[in-house]
Amino acid sequence: MLPLVLLSVFGIVNLFLGFLRSNRALMPFVLVVLALVFGLNLLDWNHAGSISGLFDSPYISQMLTVDNYSVAFSGIVLLTALLLLPFSNSYVAAGEPNLAEYYSLLLFSLVGAIMMVSYNHLIMLFVGIEILSISMYCLAGSDKRNVRSNEAALKYFLQGAFATGILLFGMALLYGATGTFQLSDLATAVAAPANQTLQPMLYVGVLMMVIGIGFKVSAAPFHFWTPDVYEGTPTFFTAFMSTVVKTAGFAAFLKLLVVALPAASTVWLPTIAAMCVLTLLLGNIGAAVQTSAKRMLAYSSVSHAGYLLLGLVAGQGKLSGPAAQGIFFYSLAYSVATVAAFGVLKLVADQRQREDYAGLAGLGRTNPLLAFVLTVAMLSLGGIPLTGGFFGKFFIFMAVAPINIWLVVFAVVMSMVGIYYYLRPVIAMYLRPAEPGVPQTPIVVDGFQSITLVVLAALTLILGILPGFLSGLL
Amino acid sequence: MLTAFLVFFPLAAALLLHFAKGAAARALALGAALLEFAVAVFAAITYARSGPASLDFNLNWIPSAGITFHLGIDGLSLCLVLLTTVLVPIILLTAFRHEEYENPGAFYALVLFMQTGLLGVFTALDAFVFYFFWEVALIPIYFLAGAWSRHERRIQITFKFFLYTIIGSLFMLAGFVYLYMQTGPAAGSLAAHSSDLQAFYNLKLGASTQAWLFWLIFAAFAVKMPIFPFHTWQPDTYTESPAPATMLLSGIMLKMGIYGCLRWLLPVVPLGVSQWQQLVEVLAIIGIVYGAIIAIRQDDMKKLIAYSSLSHVGLMIAGVFSLKAIGLQGAVVQMLAHGVNVVGMFLVADAIERRTGTRSLADLGGLTRRTPLLSVCFLVMLLSTVALPLTGGFVGEFLLLEGVYEFNAWAGAVAGLTIIFSAVYLLRMYQRAMLGPESAYSDTITDLSGTELLMFVPLIVLVFWLGLFPGTFLHLSEPVTSQILTVVGRY
Repeated sequence: MLPLVLLSVFGIVNLFLGFLRSNRALMPFVLVVLALVFGLNLLDWNHAGSISGLFDSPYISQMLTVDNYSVAFSGIVLLTALLLLPFSNSYVAAGEPNLAEYYSLLLFSLVGAIMMVSYNHLIMLFVGIEILSISMYCLAGSDKRNVRSNEAALKYFLQGAFATGILLFGMALLYGATGTFQLSDLATAVAAPANQTLQPMLYVGVLMMVIGIGFKVSAAPFHFWTPDVYEGTPTFFTAFMSTVVKTAGFAAFLKLLVVALPAASTVWLPTIAAMCVLTLLLGNIGAAVQTSAKRMLAYSSVSHAGYLLLGLVAGQGKLSGPAAQGIFFYSLAYSVATVAAFGVLKLVADQRQREDYAGLAGLGRTNPLLAFVLTVAMLSLGGIPLTGGFFGKFFIFMAVAPINIWLVVFAVVMSMVGIYYYLRPVIAMYLRPAEPGVPQTPIVVDGFQSITLVVLAALTLILGILPGFLSGLL
Repeated sequence: MLTAFLVFFPLAAALLLHFAKGAAARALALGAALLEFAVAVFAAITYARSGPASLDFNLNWIPSAGITFHLGIDGLSLCLVLLTTVLVPIILLTAFRHEEYENPGAFYALVLFMQTGLLGVFTALDAFVFYFFWEVALIPIYFLAGAWSRHERRIQITFKFFLYTIIGSLFMLAGFVYLYMQTGPAAGSLAAHSSDLQAFYNLKLGASTQAWLFWLIFAAFAVKMPIFPFHTWQPDTYTESPAPATMLLSGIMLKMGIYGCLRWLLPVVPLGVSQWQQLVEVLAIIGIVYGAIIAIRQDDMKKLIAYSSLSHVGLMIAGVFSLKAIGLQGAVVQMLAHGVNVVGMFLVADAIERRTGTRSLADLGGLTRRTPLLSVCFLVMLLSTVALPLTGGFVGEFLLLEGVYEFNAWAGAVAGLTIIFSAVYLLRMYQRAMLGPESAYSDTITDLSGTELLMFVPLIVLVFWLGLFPGTFLHLSEPVTSQILTVVGRY
């Protein structure tokens, strides 16, 4: 519980720090806050259900639970934010006037994300999603003078608001059918319905909730906003969007399905399976035909939603075991690799003004470190051994294999397509000659960013070489 | 512990190379490779003294899934470990001769990285560890073949190679996952399944299951070796890669496929093997004849050797799938002999190309007069490839043919064509390049330098060692091949 409170308080403090008009002080401050919160979050490990004494009132404790599940996923979310932060340096350097607001919105959105992974009550889920989403709407449009950024914010907001409506409607129907928002009560009510005539209402409610959350995690066929929004949003926030929102969204999704709705699996299981197939197909095919690296990553994030949906299929009634484990490991590996990829891409895009593959040309010569980190990230996203991405896929496939082998076969075929497009940036960096017009001067990377990039690559490799120490966690 | 050190030491050296430049990088890379060879010899001595049990390395890798980091060295592994550790220093020395490589430190590091992958494949005793190293070996070779090639189509060529091999290996992974799901828990493990090699050997699956499982697993090996008709990536990749990468591909990486068949296919799905045995034999023999006929018409030396390699690999596959003890033993010896021969041949081709700037037989001719040493080395390698008695190639191919003949006399007869064919195209190559009318280079070409000669010495020693005392290696692999055949014969 303390992380939530601290994030909110420091978010507000940070806003006041903005009055100092000193951008240089902001990032260290946010960094310290995030590190502190990350550490405090880990302290809750293995203290299932216990909530720090101060706030131990039924209004909080029955609405949010702190257990290993929430600690694990909050950990991913906070770690991602922490590792992403150094790449906001260009804002500091450019004297961005609204930096304090951006950072505060980031902290607030983390509050939303943590609520999404620790909710015990549907209202908390809703509030969490909204806190996260509204922050992201603002941040998508943060590049105010750029038309594309404005377009992204508007698209994201309009479609997001629509999806929120559907989600809320679904919750209302669920409430109507069962009379409760509490997850455990919901589970009993769904398993033994008091009134059979309300069953259709329940099922429609479940479907609408699946659609609503499906939109947030950009699962097909509700992914149409993703490429445009990701492309238009400033890269720093795209990275945040594609990692934190996705991780929190899937943690919430899994919790909803396996804790509250296991008895309704006849409705959601086929739906999720169908969405999974569609997402994998559209995400991978979409990514394969892109020429812009950023847009490719947008589609690739859709395809990763597909693999995570696959993990949901294996969710069998509890928040531990292979499915939760798979989703946890996958989210972590995916977040780390995605932050690395977007980090490198942001540096290249800022200094070469190019976001396509050709803009990466010659990076292997001019900036071996950037090229190496991006290569590791791409291999990880593609699921090649030695990287965390391989074990992410491996654990999810292993969890699903006993349940539905054909879904796994399909996912494996799709990951072959994935290798095709993840290799393209690598080819561009190492093998292709530079096009005229792409400057071949080394990209300036400050020391802090270099260290972060090394940490990101090292984390990806450690996850890929020693998966054991995280694999039995949940 | 020794085994784990053997596998990971090159990787550590590769990481250290990051901090070295120029001559220091060379010294470090070569020193590491030589030390690695010494470690391999030490492992061989340990093996001889106290048997394979002393080289077993077993660590819990993913406890929740029952996957252990299990490495071990038995006679078969030892043969390939020795081959790898002998060849890598030679490959590095070849790389040193190429002053034109940009960023040479990275090149050496990737070669050493590759060595870790290869040694891991040859020592893994857990299915997922095997798969892990199998893919790990692919990453460095992709960059070695692509980033240092100067060919204009290098992107397409290496891309095709990468996709082919990775798709093949994903099929293998699918097969392993299926097998893993069928196993019971290992002794003393909390997990429900085990992916240990022994657990796979103990499975007794039905014939119809094994029939399709065979293709899942074989797909990876078939692409890697490669066997006709999965070979289309091979000639271009061999030809257009830089010489050291070609040597890695043909000398060692190809053996991953055959080794994989011996350890991970034959004993795991024996019923599947016996069902498809004839088809694979036919494909292998088609490969023998096809590769040889194309080789006869080649003008590019590297391409000729690439097709010749395709033909010789066909014979090894035919020997393995004969399921006869002598065929399997022949495959082991021929893996070693072919590794030595093909690296030697590419070394010759590279030496000539560096001196003349061409590999085209049409442009060459009459080189012997100024290059007696090169001619002799070339001839030794060539005669071993042709399988002349006293050389390693003879022992390997003779045993292989014997095995194929036992399987089917007609198959043996057709497979025997390899020897005749290879005499035709290799002697033609020698005649066109070294003898024949004088060319523009006959007077200017220089002979092998001291270092280059030094690179040929271990190869020539091995050629005759394998030819005169094949017992050393046959003795090593005999327990393993007979164990494989026992497992196969249990059904």
